[in-house]
Formats: sequence, C-alpha cells, structure tokens
Amino acid sequence: MILGKEGLDGRTNDFKGKIMVTGGKTKDTGGDVKNPGGDLKDLGGNTGDYEAVIGLEVHAELSTKTKIFCSCTTEFGGLPNTHCCPVCTGMPGVLPVLNSRVVEYAIRAGLAANCSVSLFTKQDRKNYFYPDIPKGYQISQYDLPVCKNGYIEIDPGNGERENETGKKKIRIQRIHIEEDAGKLLHSEDGTCSFIDYNRAGVPLIEIVTEPDISSAGEARVFLEKLRSMLLYVGVSDCKMEEGSLRCDVNISVKPRGRTELGERVEIKNLNSFRAVYRAIEVEIARQESIIRAGGTISRETRRWDDTRGESIQMRSKEDVHDYRYFPEPDIPPLTIKEDFVERIKASLPELPWERKDRYIQEYGLPEYDAEIITSSRELADFFEEAAVKAAGKGVNIKMVSNWVIRELMRLLNDRNASVEDAKFPAGHLVKLLKIVDEGTINIPTAKKVFEEIFDTGKDPEHIVKEKGLEVLNDEEFLRGIVEKVIGDNPSSVSDYKKGKEKALGFLMGQVMKETRGKADPQVARRLLLEELK
Amino acid sequence: MELHELSISQLGSLIKNKEVSIPKLTRYMLDRIEKLDSAYGCYITVAEEKAMEQAADVQARLDGGNLDSPLAGIPMAVKDNICTKGILTTCASRMLYNFIPPYDAHVVGKLYENGAILLGKVNMDEFAMGSSTESSYFKKTFNPLDTERVPGGSSGGAAAAVASGEAIYCLGSYTGGSIRQPAAFCGCVGIKPTYGLVSRFGLVAYASSFDQVGPLTRTVSDCAMVLGAIAGHDPMDATSTRKRIPDYTKALVQDVRGLRIGIPGEFVDDSVDEDIRNAVFKAIQVFSEQGAECKEISIPVMEYVVPTYYIIALAEASSNLARYDGVKYGYRTSEYKDLIDMCKRTRSEGFGTEVKRRILLGTYVLSSGYFDAYYKKALKARTIISREFGRAFEECDIIMGPVAPTTAYKIGEKINDPLKMYMEDIFTVPANITGLPALAIPAGIDRNNMPIGLQLIGKRFDESTIFRAGYTFEQTIGSNWTSSRMNNQVNNQVKNK
Ligand SMILES: [Zn+2]
Repeated sequence: MILGKEGLDGRTNDFKGKIMVTGGKTKDTGGDVKNPGGDLKDLGGNTGDYEAVIGLEVHAELSTKTKIFCSCTTEFGGLPNTHCCPVCTGMPGVLPVLNSRVVEYAIRAGLAANCSVSLFTKQDRKNYFYPDIPKGYQISQYDLPVCKNGYIEIDPGNGERENETGKKKIRIQRIHIEEDAGKLLHSEDGTCSFIDYNRAGVPLIEIVTEPDISSAGEARVFLEKLRSMLLYVGVSDCKMEEGSLRCDVNISVKPRGRTELGERVEIKNLNSFRAVYRAIEVEIARQESIIRAGGTISRETRRWDDTRGESIQMRSKEDVHDYRYFPEPDIPPLTIKEDFVERIKASLPELPWERKDRYIQEYGLPEYDAEIITSSRELADFFEEAAVKAAGKGVNIKMVSNWVIRELMRLLNDRNASVEDAKFPAGHLVKLLKIVDEGTINIPTAKKVFEEIFDTGKDPEHIVKEKGLEVLNDEEFLRGIVEKVIGDNPSSVSDYKKGKEKALGFLMGQVMKETRGKADPQVARRLLLEELK
Repeated sequence: MELHELSISQLGSLIKNKEVSIPKLTRYMLDRIEKLDSAYGCYITVAEEKAMEQAADVQARLDGGNLDSPLAGIPMAVKDNICTKGILTTCASRMLYNFIPPYDAHVVGKLYENGAILLGKVNMDEFAMGSSTESSYFKKTFNPLDTERVPGGSSGGAAAAVASGEAIYCLGSYTGGSIRQPAAFCGCVGIKPTYGLVSRFGLVAYASSFDQVGPLTRTVSDCAMVLGAIAGHDPMDATSTRKRIPDYTKALVQDVRGLRIGIPGEFVDDSVDEDIRNAVFKAIQVFSEQGAECKEISIPVMEYVVPTYYIIALAEASSNLARYDGVKYGYRTSEYKDLIDMCKRTRSEGFGTEVKRRILLGTYVLSSGYFDAYYKKALKARTIISREFGRAFEECDIIMGPVAPTTAYKIGEKINDPLKMYMEDIFTVPANITGLPALAIPAGIDRNNMPIGLQLIGKRFDESTIFRAGYTFEQTIGSNWTSSRMNNQVNNQVKNK
C-alpha cells in the first residue's frame, strides 16, 4: 500500500490515476488527488484523546444483464422509463421472480470476501413510502442474508498495525441482495417532480462491515480494496459516477480507551471515495468538538453536501423509520446447494491481493508497483501478458512494470480510456522495449512511439521503420555532424574551453537537432568530447 | 331450457353442432346483462365491443379447426381484481377507478387461449376486502335469489352473475372465503384451488400467501373444466407449482366407495345455523349411502383460525396496498402541497373505510414492538393449524363441513360490525391458512329459500378427490337440482324490482 511517506513523492497521483482506470472512463472517482496531504494527517490521526469507530454500508449494483425480478435490461442510461416493465414499476397484480444470477453474483462477492454462504436464505419486504420505490416496499433481506461473517484485509499504512504483517482485518457482517430504487428528479422552480424507473429493480448487494474502521484513510483503503475485489470477481462495474457503487457511513466518536460505543451517526449521499473521506474527517471533528464542549452525540442520519463540505441533519432519532420487515410472500425461500457454492468457489479468479503477492514473488516487483498493477484486473491481465512475453524475449520485467505504471497509465488518463479499450496487444509494448534494449531507438523516441502504438495499434517495428526513427550510431556519420556543429558554434566552443560545462549541453542539443533526435546520445557525447579536446 | 341455463358442455355441443353461433350466444348474454344488471349490479364493466370481436374471432378459429377446447365460445366474466389487458380493472376501488392494465393476468390469457369470451368485469368488495360485496366503491350487488340479501363476498359479483345467468361461469379470487362463501350464498359451485396450483400473476394482490384464483360455476363438471384450463405452472409466478396437472374431468365419476370423509365437530357446533347443520347431516347421510365412510373428527385449533388468518392477511395487505400512492396510475388527489402530502391525501381519499381499517391493522401488527406478539405468533399458529389439518388428513381423505355459519344475510346487517363480518370466514379460512383445496357445492335451502353451501376440503393438490365427491353428491341429489327452482326465484326477483 502506498499510504506511507511515498504518498508525498508525487506517486500519489499515479495511484489515483489507477482508480480512474479501474473506475472506467471518468475522472470523478480519483477525487482525492487534490488532497494528498490529507492522507498523512489522517494516518497520523487517532492518536489524540478521542477515537472513531466507523462502519460502512456499501451498495454495489450487480452487473447482471437483467434486473433482479424481471427481464428488463440493467444497462445504464436510456431515456427515462424505457428500461422498465409492469413488474419493475410495481403495477397492480404483477409478481417478482428472482433472477438466479443475482444470487450467484452475491455468493461470488461473499466468497471473495471470506464470507460463509447461507444455504437457506429468503427475501423480505422493507416497507416505507417514497415515490422512487414503486411498490411502497423494497424487496431486500432481513434476517437471513445470503452471505455473512467475512472479512477483507487492508494495510492501514502508518496507522494501527494489528499484527506483524501490517494487515488489519475489516470484518464483513453481511452481504445481502436487494433491488435498487428509481430516480426522483425535481424541476428547478420546485413545482414539479419527475420519476425515472430505469434503475428500479437493478440488483444490488449491500455489504455491511463491522465497526472495525478507525479513520477516514482506513475507510478509503477499505473501499478501494473492496472495489478492486468486486471488479476482479466480475460482479459489479463499480462506477460511482453512475451510482453503481454507493456508500453510507456510520460513525461514533468516543474517548480513547473507553470500551462502550457512543451513539452513532449515519451519513448518506456520499458519491465518491473523496466524499467518504472528507465526510468522515468532518464528522469526527464535529463529534469531537461536541463532546469536548460537554455535549452528547445523538443518534441521527445526516446528509453530506459535497460542495459545502458539510453534513446536514436528515432525520433525528425520533423519526427513525420502522421498516416493518416481514418475509416476502411472493418469493419462496431459497435453498442453496453446497455444490453450487463449490462451483462458484472454483470459478473465482485470483483475487487482487493474491495476485499482488504473486507478482512480488514471481516477478520481483516492488510492493508499490504490484499494488498499482493489481488494483485493476484488466491492468494486471495486460501486465501479465506483457510479462510472459518479456521473459521470452529477455526484456527486463521491472522495465515492463515501469512502462505500464508510468506510460500506459499516463496515456489512459490523457485519453480518458480504460485498459479494455486498448487497441494494441501487450506484445507490442514488449517489442518496443526490446527495440529500446537493443539500442535501436532511445527512450524519448520510444515514448513517442508508444503513444502512437496506443492511439493506432500499429506494430512498433513498423512505426520505427516508417518514420526512420532508428538511432544514429554510425560513428563516421555522427562525427561529420559533430564537426559541423563545432564549426557552426565557435562561441559555445570557446565558452566550453573556458570551463563552462553548460556549453556542452547546448552543443549536444545542436547535434540532436541536426539528427532530429535520432543520434545515440552516448556516441554523440563521446564524439563531441573527443572533437573538443 | 334457455341458453343461459345450460352448462358449459351443453353449450359446447350446441356450438359444435352449429345450433348456435358464438356471436349469437354472446349477443344473447350481453342482452341479458343489459336487461338484468340494473337489478343485480353484477358488472362494473361490460366489455360489449371486445366480447363481440372475440366471439367472431373464436368462431373463426373454431371453424378453421384451430381450436379444440370445451371452453371455446363460452361467455364468462372475470372478477375486477384480475387484470385484463385494455379493459378497466378497478378492484372496485376509487383508487383504481381509471386503471387499464397493459397486460392480461395469466389466467385470463389461459382462458383466451381456450377461446373463452369475456363479457366483462364483475363487482366485488373493494380490493377483495369483505364478505358481502357491500364495500365496492361503485355499486352494491344484490343476491339474485333475494335482492334484499347480499350475494356474499368478496367475489359477490361473480357469484351473482353466475346465479342470475349473466355469465356462464366466472373467475373469482379467493383470499378469505371469497369464492366459496358467495358461491354458497348464491347457490353456485366454487373451488379454492391448492395454493400454487393457479398462477397469481395479474391477480391484484390482497394477501399474497393466501390469494388464489378459482372458478365460480353452476355445476361441478363446469368447475372442473374451467380449473383444468387455468391451472399449471407460470414462470411469472414463483409460487406456482411445477406439478403436472391431472385431467379433472376424469374425476367426474359417481363413486365415493371407500372414501373417508371426516366431519370436524367444531364445524357443526351451536354457532352454526340449524338449517345449515341439518344440511350437513343430510350430506353425511347421502355420502354414507353412496358407500363413503363418514366419521367425526376434531380440529381443536379452530378458535385460532380467524385471528391467525386476519393477522397474516392484513399484514401482507398493508404492504401490498402501499403501491397505490397516486404517483404511477389510478386515483390522484387534486390538491396537494408536496409529494408526501399528495401521497397521504391520495390514500385517504382513494381507499374506502374497510380497506383503510385493514391497512391500519396490518401496519400495526408488523410494527416494531408488536411484530413478535402478533405477526410472528400468527406465523407459528399457521404452522400449528397446518399440522393439525395434516394430522386430520391421516385419518380421512376429505374434510367436510358448511361453507359459512349462516346463509345470505340482509344487506346492511353486518356491514357496521366488522368482527361479525370477519367471523363469516371461520369455515372457509382454514383451507386458506393451510393452502388446501376446497370445493363449495349447493346442499339444499334454508327456511328462507336461501341456498346452503357444503364445503369439501381436500389434500394438497388433490382437487380430483373433492371433484369426485362433489360430483357424486350433485348427481345423487339431482343434477342442477337447485337450478330450475333457482331460475324461477331469479325471475321472480326481476319481476319484483
Ligand atoms: Zn422490468
């Protein structure tokens, strides 16, 4: 994990870049970029008189093709109310039929998060009125969630290390399945409301952690880990900007060392990891100042306002909802066969943390590099394909990982693209590095060639040939250029002879200019020095 | 006999032999509705144009040899809580006064496949909540045998339409006693199938774990025919059975030899009207003479049946009716401040008293702090009741008793006494709680010439056995024995109006 001092050396930005990649084609989720200092403040935090106890409720939309109780598409977007039918709009007389894929996906996520799977599970109705739920109740799970008692290990960085490996277990209390709601829109003048049921009935899993998190930084590290896990097992696309990953936070602050928990405050409407991070920081500070002033924290639900950077009370303890849960009579309880679970277990891919360990061991990658590369399954797949080819061609694997982390990710950010969209095979990168290795082209040229590979998918050898980019290391030819440069720039030559080292750089630049950057810098420099003697 | 007095198979052979065309028969029924319905109030919607179109279409399918069903061309009506594509489906509520479903209920689709002709949608208690069809937002339905009396409910419009010959058969829905009790009150045959036998898709939900669709007919064989057409698995209903559906018409044999019929003492105690008790005793005699083995059994949990049923049913109802909020369809209040206000006013104005009472009760029993005392306890009671019935079925094949403790009562007699009204369900509710099939058949008349209903409860998915017993009883005491008398009675009522 990079949340140590490394966070300051500018690589933080790379790391955020990675999040953008995994999140798909957006810049939203990488939000923390502007706030790298925050990491450190947070990690040093929790050393004062108070400590925070934090639990998360994460909703992830599952990437099944169809909705949870009908055959409508789950595709994002579409004109309002075009991805719906009588079932997902709650027309009279219709019935839900459970999409078995949803159960399978929830089990996949649960197994990846070390959960036990309930072999007997059922759906329940959660009753409340709001126009975005078309039936007046949401079909969810109450006392028999499909998965429970799991954990995800995080590395909290400089924060609390609970065992010698530096890992901290964040326990998963439960993972249950439920249906998403529609979307309510209000006209600007406030006279009219609209509703779009396209999202109504899209399957969700709700992942509820135990209150094992103790800082904003840990919360974010956990969420990053959870997201990369969900992406790896392929159950959710985790696009926060499309609302397919959402998070509510429960926080209570208590005097350090006290065992009994304070009243918890729930914070909703957190639309990015950055919002989660900031909201936790702000809420901890808010609760601390109340306690310091002799006040008490009361149980409430608050809504985060990201533009103002503060939360506003939504509901107090008094109007806490009574959801009147009861078993959903329209869907018979589900008995899950053990071999079904076993089959899912067998089909799970290598998880990000497993892959990371393997890359460190197998390829000798630094932990930092391994972390970044494995944060996205697609990126790791790309790297691994390149690594295998590199080994065959005798290209240094560390070089491959450097190019993936630096050049590939820079281009992905620049072009707002994701790895899946890459037009070229990983082999092209290896070919390019091989050419560099052989000294056919130099590094600056290679970067330009890579950009062209990225944009056009062309073979690097073709690009180099086509554009005549091969390095000039023909001494005879270069000596002629050097002589010409020395002849053309007498003042720089005399400056150099007076001891101005800078003048050498200028002359080198002139050589490169004459050769349009293709001169082998080492050869050119040697020849230049020889001629200047 | 006139056309409307004939059974499905009699009409079927007239159609097949081209003695009557389907459009002609349909026209005859529509005219009859036109003439009689102001007196009885069976229909909320008469789908005249559609019915005539269908009649022509089915006639063409039949003539083209593309249709082979005993139900082809037979005019029928459907309770107004069963969705019909393009035809108003109101649940007899202001809340859905303008609701036209864009889909057919599974059962309606099945009947259409069989060439049934839909005459229209029949009256009911609002959202099926009632036992007298007095809580309909639109109109009262009168018992065709005595228009001062209720037709029963909630499928009162369906039973009255069958009894008065305004439909050859109807589809009703059963949650409490809503098929069997109106069948009994109007002298018809009705069956509540095993839970899961018939798809609920398109049946507007009242209490999901009880609701079933079932036919109301004039004879047991009509009943078996219609049930056979609508039963079976529907992928749109997760609670519908995957069992193979037997041919119920094969069960229509006059043979009950060796059949073990249990009569719970609790079903014939003092709370039951004397004439009804005597009718049950007479039925015991009939069955015994036919070779059945009748014996008294005991179901001691009977006193918990009604409260258990109401707690669970109303809990489910409170949730099922939450979708009517004025946002998507149906009634919406005309003036409101904001979304929540709109929802509140819509529900206050759109639902009738009895519906609101049941929603409140259901919400109460699910509320935190009361859930364990009511809902959870009721679920346990439901398990115990099911177990007791299961045990009773170890010593018999059929449990027999009356359908209701009284015959059709006067309009207005119980409407202001909900508890008395709820107790009407005491004998019909057990089959409901347990999901067992139960058949109601006419078994004589009381001192006021009102029909008495006999109830035969069978084992799970054993509709065949109760059909066989019902058919035997019907044949023994004379097929359609109430029918001609009924017709006279019906006609007298119209004359008096
Ligand atoms: Zn849908």
